Amino acid sequence: MFTSTAFASILPEILILILGIVLLVVEPFWKEEQRRNAGWLTAGGLFAAMVISFLFGQPGEPVTTLGGMVRFDWLGFFFKMLFMFAGAATALLLMDNEKVGSRGEAYLLLLASLIGMNLMAVSADLVMLYLAIETTSIPLYVLSGFMLGDSKSTEAGFKYLLFGALTSTIMLYGFSLLFGFSGTTDLYQLAGALGNLSLVGAFGVLGLVLVGLAFKASAVPFHFWAPDVYEGSPTPVAGFLSTASKAAGFAVVLRLFFAIFPDTTIDLARGWAIALSILAAVTMTVGNLLALPQTNLKRLIAYSSVSHAGYALIGVVAFTQLGAASVVFYLAAYIATNLLAFGIIMAFSRITGLEDLKDYSGMSRRNPALALMMLAAFLSLAGMPPFGGFVAKVFVFAAGIQAGYVWLVIVGIINSILGVYYYLNAMKYVYLYRMPEQDEENHPIPLTRPYAIALAVLVIGVILIGTVFAPWFSWADAAALNLF
Amino acid sequence: MNFPVLSIITFTPMVAAAIMLLLPANRKNETRAVALAAATFALILSFWVYFSYDQSAGGYQFIETYNWLPALGIALKFGVDGMSTPLVLLTGVVMFTGVLISWGDDNPHIMAGIQDRPREFFAFLFILAAGVFGVFVSLDLFMLFFFYEIAVFPMYLLIAIWGWVQTREYAAMKLTLYLFVGSVVSLVGVLAMFWVQYQNTGVLSFDMLLMEKAGFSQTFQDIWFLPVFLGFAVLGGIWPFHNWSPDGHVAAPTAVSMFHAGVLMKLGAFAALRVGIMLLPEGAKTWSWLIMLFAGVAVVYGAYIAFVQKDLKYMIGFSSVSHMGLVMLGFSTLNEDGILGAGVQMFSHGVMTALFFAITGMIYDRSHTRQIPELGGMVKVMPFATVGFIVGGLVSMGMPGFSGFVAEFPIFMGVWGVQWLVAVIASISIVITAAYIMRNIRQVFFGEMPEKLQGHMTDVTVLDKVAITTLCLFMIVIGLFPSFMVPMVETGVKYILQLLGGA
Repeated sequence: MFTSTAFASILPEILILILGIVLLVVEPFWKEEQRRNAGWLTAGGLFAAMVISFLFGQPGEPVTTLGGMVRFDWLGFFFKMLFMFAGAATALLLMDNEKVGSRGEAYLLLLASLIGMNLMAVSADLVMLYLAIETTSIPLYVLSGFMLGDSKSTEAGFKYLLFGALTSTIMLYGFSLLFGFSGTTDLYQLAGALGNLSLVGAFGVLGLVLVGLAFKASAVPFHFWAPDVYEGSPTPVAGFLSTASKAAGFAVVLRLFFAIFPDTTIDLARGWAIALSILAAVTMTVGNLLALPQTNLKRLIAYSSVSHAGYALIGVVAFTQLGAASVVFYLAAYIATNLLAFGIIMAFSRITGLEDLKDYSGMSRRNPALALMMLAAFLSLAGMPPFGGFVAKVFVFAAGIQAGYVWLVIVGIINSILGVYYYLNAMKYVYLYRMPEQDEENHPIPLTRPYAIALAVLVIGVILIGTVFAPWFSWADAAALNLF
Repeated sequence: MNFPVLSIITFTPMVAAAIMLLLPANRKNETRAVALAAATFALILSFWVYFSYDQSAGGYQFIETYNWLPALGIALKFGVDGMSTPLVLLTGVVMFTGVLISWGDDNPHIMAGIQDRPREFFAFLFILAAGVFGVFVSLDLFMLFFFYEIAVFPMYLLIAIWGWVQTREYAAMKLTLYLFVGSVVSLVGVLAMFWVQYQNTGVLSFDMLLMEKAGFSQTFQDIWFLPVFLGFAVLGGIWPFHNWSPDGHVAAPTAVSMFHAGVLMKLGAFAALRVGIMLLPEGAKTWSWLIMLFAGVAVVYGAYIAFVQKDLKYMIGFSSVSHMGLVMLGFSTLNEDGILGAGVQMFSHGVMTALFFAITGMIYDRSHTRQIPELGGMVKVMPFATVGFIVGGLVSMGMPGFSGFVAEFPIFMGVWGVQWLVAVIASISIVITAAYIMRNIRQVFFGEMPEKLQGHMTDVTVLDKVAITTLCLFMIVIGLFPSFMVPMVETGVKYILQLLGGA
């Protein structure tokens, strides 16, 4: 049963595991001041794992391997690459975080949760899926409460744990009902069994499952944890939570619902699409409205990332190949952009120790390059060209209109306008206002090498996704094709 | 055409912006040199395009196509016709003169030009310029939209950072939100057109030349014409969505005002024509009465509001609304004269307003006031600028011998052909315009110089004079030799009329 295909299908996870073991063995021998090099090792190792997987682990025709547990296709592969990219960037950003960067466990936890995410993207079985979700979540609970003695971080870790445990229990209950009704845990055989259920029953069961996934994707009304956890966690961890972890939720949503509804014309699928479209509209609107009055930049980004889950859901609602491709593309652009935003917040607060919007006054004079990168990140979040966010948004809207959801696209557009307002408002502090004494040249914000590398890679990524979008889109499209 | 001149024009400012951002912040003069070099290069190329456009052949020329995203039919397709060629030239001219005006002067008493962070200023200005060039030359609807948005966001930063302290935050945000709302409303229409074309023809493409033949149904055109046209026309300053424009002008630094009035408003008008009227001609026929109404109100109302302004920049800002109203009025006629006049008016108004704002900026930099009653006697210190302003004023009034006449006369002829009453009412604006321009010239440039200004007023710099001369030359050349531009625009009009007649 353990064929070469099966091996290739979990090659990235094997490589990450090896990397984790190497880290575990090597790190204790390092001196205290060398420990931060674990970040270089993690980032470099993940990059190598990406290259090796790209060379030897590319999927062909979609197949199910490892006894029906893992689906080996482009959808999973593309998401794995995204997660590993996000993991590498997060590792670099962690390095110079005072309380976290010099502790090897942090990187190990990051790797453990990456393995979970990778498996989430490829799970073809309910049991496997649940295990993957828990493997992702538990290390993240620890990471968000990693700063011992910091009450906000402890609160973040605990809050995340409570919310996560509750929602995953509800989801597990949904899984058990799915199994009970259908007699199978194979995602690809659930579809037939659901057809026998009454409409209300099927809706209820899927609703329970959605609770857990909506928590991961921080969709309204399961978004309450996001701002507090992002604010309290170490900033790079918050960045990781808001990007890779959210995208992992979407990977499951895509695979699960496209597998359950191969025929999108049946009543259940239609009703489900309407329910999801309402979820999308509410998520966008609530996220943006709550982002408007924020004065802490991390909380602002937290709410804005709630609203981005709403935009991405438009593509899911469309239930078409273009829709799925646009979601994947959107997530790629969003991961790069939001990591960039969190990286900048990290770089800034490392020197200043501050996170409020008003503390950013005069930032463009303190470090013009950092300010430009922040401009790129925020304009991309606002959906302006030539950055990734613009193209991603246009594709999602195009998919929505193609599927006839003009009203949802209009809601999305009104929300983008709100977004433009508060993103530009934040840039106003950076470029327009000055420090109280107007002595910015005495308060520079130097970047250490890991930040410089991570931010440069991310900003180039954001621009490349926004300008040379053909290759990314064709990959996203290949991934989406596997859903049909 | 092998030489990819249009993409070089479009990406020159972009590359220059990147180079400038990579220079160290304290290298102010090197930054300015790069900016001037790039602007000159773009100007020369746009001249070259203008003069080598084959008017006898007409249609789209210098076409370049690069497949960008074949899966969705997005291509980087550039080409210019008789309508857009003058606008490319206009952008080149305004960019060149804008750099000259912003050069800055080391004399601390003058505070002219851009002293604070010129590197970022020129970089953002050039990103804006790249977006503007891109819209004028794009034949692909997606790319047109892409460049359109690129042209919108730098405005926020340019106004908010370097603008007039008292209103810049308010004006910049207002402007950005107006333009963004307009553009996303159009986006919905554009996407709807894209999918309906796909249904009708089975071709997945954003190519506008294909969309012209997509055979949109009458109902579809009636529904979507207004969102698409008005969405873009917001940037053209159409009444009742013009409110952002004067506020933006007043708050913006000189070069940005020049760009804003000179080319950005043309961007809106051009996109409204290109996407609204040319792709949805039947919808345009249905709704032309409404556009004519809006434009007619803008013409008279704008002129009247300009007349009562005390602030020099507000006056020019509202006069822009009035003049852009004439452009829209020309479009709304949907006949040869009207569109021809509108085409020339876009160019003529572009250079004229750029000149007005440039000179206003020069005055403000030295006197630190723009209140008309507080100014006077400028002719004694800046005779050159005075002559420039008078030339601009004559254009604005539509005097024969200047470009304004060449543009406005056909517009009124076209409007008369459709609805004589509108032409009569709109022509009131000429009288009002003449009144406020004359009054303004008398008060600001002649008359007595107020005491508190005496002594520290200085003449404009050499670079300023070069900019003024360049802009004036265009207005006089077109006025005296309409054949410089009219036949060119006529080829573009012919194509539009085919679409209107043939659809």
